[in-house]
Amino acid sequence: MRTALVLLFLLALAALPGALLPQYSLNAAAVERYKAAHTAIAPLLDRLGFFDVFSAVWFAAIYLLLFVSLVGCLVPRSLDYSRGLLARPVATPRNLRRLPHHAAASVHAEPAEVITAAGRRLRGWRMAEAVEPGGAHTVSAERGYLREAGNLVFHFALLALLVAFAVGKLYGYEGQVIVLAGGGQFCNSGLLAYDSFKPGTRVDGTQLDPFCVRVDGFAAEYEPNGQPHSFLADIAYQDAAALARAGGAAVDGDAAVDGGAWRQATLRVNHPLRLGGDRVYLIGHGYAPRFTVTFPDGQQRTGAIQWRSVDAATLLSEGATKFDPPGVTDPQQRRQRQLAITGLFAPTAFLDGAILSSSFPGLRDPAVAVDVLRGDLGTEAGRGQSIFGVDQSMVDSGRLQRVARQNLLLGEQLTLDDGTVVRFDGVQQWISLQVSYDPTQQWVLLAALCVLGGLGASLSIKRRRFWVRATPITDAAADGRTVVEVGGLARTDQAGYGEEFSRLATLVLQGEAASEPSRRAALARKG
Amino acid sequence: MTVNATLATYSDWCYAGAVIVYLFALVLHGVQFATGRRVAARELVAAAALDGVPPSTTNPPVGGTWRHTTTTTTATAGRMVVSLTVLGALIHATSLLLRGLAVQRVPWGNMYEFGSAICLAAVVSWLVLLRRHSASGPGVQRLGVFVLLPIVVLLFTSGTLLYTKAAPLQPALRSYWIAIHVLAAVIASGVLLVAGAASVGYLLRASGRAERLPAADVLDRLAYRATIAAFPVWTFAIITGAVWAETAWGRYWGWDPKETVALVAWVVYAGYLHARATAGWRRAAAWVNVAGFAVMIFNLFFVNLVVSGFHSYAGVG
Repeated sequence: MRTALVLLFLLALAALPGALLPQYSLNAAAVERYKAAHTAIAPLLDRLGFFDVFSAVWFAAIYLLLFVSLVGCLVPRSLDYSRGLLARPVATPRNLRRLPHHAAASVHAEPAEVITAAGRRLRGWRMAEAVEPGGAHTVSAERGYLREAGNLVFHFALLALLVAFAVGKLYGYEGQVIVLAGGGQFCNSGLLAYDSFKPGTRVDGTQLDPFCVRVDGFAAEYEPNGQPHSFLADIAYQDAAALARAGGAAVDGDAAVDGGAWRQATLRVNHPLRLGGDRVYLIGHGYAPRFTVTFPDGQQRTGAIQWRSVDAATLLSEGATKFDPPGVTDPQQRRQRQLAITGLFAPTAFLDGAILSSSFPGLRDPAVAVDVLRGDLGTEAGRGQSIFGVDQSMVDSGRLQRVARQNLLLGEQLTLDDGTVVRFDGVQQWISLQVSYDPTQQWVLLAALCVLGGLGASLSIKRRRFWVRATPITDAAADGRTVVEVGGLARTDQAGYGEEFSRLATLVLQGEAASEPSRRAALARKG
Repeated sequence: MTVNATLATYSDWCYAGAVIVYLFALVLHGVQFATGRRVAARELVAAAALDGVPPSTTNPPVGGTWRHTTTTTTATAGRMVVSLTVLGALIHATSLLLRGLAVQRVPWGNMYEFGSAICLAAVVSWLVLLRRHSASGPGVQRLGVFVLLPIVVLLFTSGTLLYTKAAPLQPALRSYWIAIHVLAAVIASGVLLVAGAASVGYLLRASGRAERLPAADVLDRLAYRATIAAFPVWTFAIITGAVWAETAWGRYWGWDPKETVALVAWVVYAGYLHARATAGWRRAAAWVNVAGFAVMIFNLFFVNLVVSGFHSYAGVG
């Protein structure tokens, strides 16, 4: 128990940094900020795993040790318990007066009758009767065996919960993807379909359950003060079975079946789409300003890509919409004429001079404040870059140059020096979807319910004992009287047994004496 | 959905009223605590002799009536303080009820309301405990100082620093789980507050510094009983929280700071139960219980206000 206690406190202590320090698993950007701000201590903390506490070796060591000690404790206790189930209740102590609960009376009945009657009162108790050498009859009774059973269930269920949790972490995955509302589609075909993907150790992304989701529309409602009221996405989906049918239909050339395979659904916060083992959640939303670029040769290109919010309350967003010049096949030339429209987007424009900000998260009066950059975006450099910005090194080296800076309201346009026209002609919404897969979560729930049930039983049930001794009075004047003594003991916590004992004692003592008006009483109670 | 501003205003008035009544009760408790006799054995409270002696700090009359006067004063003060607490709880409950009616939802949707609900749960469990243990001697009531003090502080903080105007829930909280998960957390926190107060009392009593408190083993038993009542509820709160998280955030457990500290509190209380079952650890167990409540408070304030996580529903700042 002491080992378990020490390990319990170590576990509590070790988990705290996971809540107090930023964690990679929750917010990698916050970890980077912390590391930049605390250059002295951060490298050491990082090396020791303090930014990833729940995957750290020392954290695992503590809970594994705890569970090893738990097994070491539970196995002998289970054996004891099963032996105890077969054992008879403990023989009646010689002196019942010494027990915390005690009472006595004398009745006009044979000891054997007293014991039989007591046995009737003690229904539900495990009993053992005995006759002592002096002629006294005794019964020892015990109940509350379920307390230890609950205790064992609780601890074993904790073990099961940990195992189920761990297996879920091995075979589950979680992926996020942003989809444009108004027809955008996502198919769970593999890692590349996701914007970010956190696989379990045993998941390589090749065996995902296939399904497709199409986002037909998205509506957000806000209170007048800008607090969100509801988010609702209209989606259509094809589950694995529908996809299989559609695939078969495509082979057969039957297009009608294909079209019918989409099923409609709405996705709301707290109301995920459940498809077999996979769940699809609506976890975020934002805006994608649509720009149309008319190049000097008259060709047009339209682009709308998600911009990310920089202020969650007003959804002021930033991003970069990038264009390749059309019809240019020479990579050299193309890299001199790529365009990027970057800057801020406000769903409800609020202008302080020329500074754009947003006053409301809903789409009331959209505007953008953009820089148009021209040159080499660096997309062919082989280096990954953010979709929300341009590669700053290209700007610094002068290969990407700003050619315009302007605020545009919806429908307004600007013209670059070479005659290219950039028009802000619409806004689309995007939603962020999360796909989660965890094959063991129902087992975790089952284990958790067993934890709760075991806990309830072990804390509410008391293991308690009750003894009756009926001793015949050999004195000739006694006229067949019997002294009945009862004693009680709660094995774990005394609190609360007193009332039950008094009730039982009264029943056992009075029940027999009821027909005896001149009862010699002497109800003594100790404790 | 509109907010009924009139009801919301009445709710705020009730809140202030409840705090004032609790404050009076606390002062009275303090007076009673300071003037009461030491609890050597069980006191016999004179049932009669309600002679209207005010429960004040006035000096006892010169002469031999000291004991008699003090006893009746104690008894009167005792009844008054309990009545005051009941009155406060009624006004407090009205405040929450009006808040709920004003916004047409459960009245524990932001940190102000959550804190208020926890305090109500604590006051109610304290009153239940008083009723159940009236047989353990009038001394139990003197624990009231330790129960009401954190409650008044918590209510004052909630009503000033954390006050949030009546408003509808944000979308993430629109789920029937708010009625289940948060209510369980409220009840568990309230009862654990009383348990923590009893353990503080135990530690003071056992170290011989507060002999006016009930006997140490009575306090220890109170703390234990409150904790074993609250612990399964807290377990239930964590489990339902996980179930809700699965529906709302896509995973049942993600080491969100609030989840982590809730688990830490759970582990500390599990430690309390183990420590109390270990021979010779009774005093240590009381410290663990106090530490457990400290973790709960830390979870309420620090994690909601300082650390950012999924549970940032404080509606503050």
